Amino acid sequence: MTTMANDSTTRDADAVTTPSDTQWPLWEVFVQPPGGAPHEHAGSVHAVDAESALQNARDVYARRGEGVSIWVVRSIAITASTPDDMGPFFDPGNDKPYRHPQFYKVPRGIRM
Amino acid sequence: MTPNKPETNTEDPARIAGFEARIAAGETIEPKDWMPERYRRQLVRMMSQHAHSEVVGMLPEGNWITRAPTLRRKMSLLAKVQDEAGHGLYIYCGTETLGVDRHELIQQLLNGTAKYSSIFNYPTLSWADIGAIGWLVDGAAIVNQTMLAKASYGPYARAMVRICKEENFHKRQGYEIMATLSAGTPAQKRMAQDALDRWWWPSLMMFGPHDTDSPNSDELLRWGVKRKSNDELRQRFINLTVAQAKAIDLVIPDPQLAFDEKTQNWLIGPIDWDEFWRVVRGNGPCNQERLAARRQAHDDGEWVRVAAAAYAAKQARAESTSEAA
Repeated sequence: MTTMANDSTTRDADAVTTPSDTQWPLWEVFVQPPGGAPHEHAGSVHAVDAESALQNARDVYARRGEGVSIWVVRSIAITASTPDDMGPFFDPGNDKPYRHPQFYKVPRGIRM
Repeated sequence: MTPNKPETNTEDPARIAGFEARIAAGETIEPKDWMPERYRRQLVRMMSQHAHSEVVGMLPEGNWITRAPTLRRKMSLLAKVQDEAGHGLYIYCGTETLGVDRHELIQQLLNGTAKYSSIFNYPTLSWADIGAIGWLVDGAAIVNQTMLAKASYGPYARAMVRICKEENFHKRQGYEIMATLSAGTPAQKRMAQDALDRWWWPSLMMFGPHDTDSPNSDELLRWGVKRKSNDELRQRFINLTVAQAKAIDLVIPDPQLAFDEKTQNWLIGPIDWDEFWRVVRGNGPCNQERLAARRQAHDDGEWVRVAAAAYAAKQARAESTSEAA
């Protein structure tokens, strides 16, 4: 999820000024499947406004009941971590094995 | 920020070695990751050609929507053609993560500088051709795309996963059409056989030249864009399809077709590569017609694009006025 969105967004800003162009603003699409799973990034659509972005997203990413809910968000509105951050940014989570259950010993034969 | 633009790519050997090590370790390359400029260009080329193929692929089938023999067939065909439009959009969206504009790619399609799969330059002469396309063309595409679903570039692989799920319906509806015709009147059966006769060889050509004549293959395999060679994929498709043809009593139009016990493969006669190159270079039966239809559709859609933009501008004005008040 870290890299999807604002990879192609610099040209997005001036898109509204070229009305008959296909480069309308870019929106990232998140679809929530039935059954309570969280929204997941599905892809992107170009659309003039939020309402048509939702309609396009429905037609492109939910033709077979894939979703019970769709979010669309302007790609430029997403802040994402970069691959350069990878090491240091995620470090705090990598050196704490005591956050995992396997870190702890239990007597043999006990079911937890 | 468009991190994959050429200026950020300093192609020193150590960096490339690191990149190739990531691929060898089975890691996925994501849009913001460093990648050799050549990898980026190969992907733009492959992915845009693939997206264009989905879009142009709507034309031969769209041709038969109004003449589908039953309402059930018409609904299926409409849904299939709509899927192809969606598939084009998934892949254009993936290609845009490599720092190119969809607009630019579509212009290349419309002005004839971009390539798309040659199979769509063949005409759909009878209803059975719609069956043959679903069965053979989508069948071949599934074999190719199942492999591409494991491609090293994340956005491409994810688009392929989505597409593969949907294409299975395309293949089955096509095979059902062929099976129904083959079990029908003698005239219907002849129609099915005729469609198989015309679509069989072009379908095999969809996998591209033999491995020995495919200059891009080595690099694409090394970089994990492709996981299997053209000939391996073609063989897989042939092995699957021969049994399917037999099951519905149709004959593969190849007198040299023979089963090889040793390799457990169906071996075929020679492919007419002159025909392949003729169609790739723009001299197939429908190259001009397809592009003309695509341009016409694009021009006919202009008022919709203008209207949508005008509506959005009006809404935005109304919002800013009400905020001011």
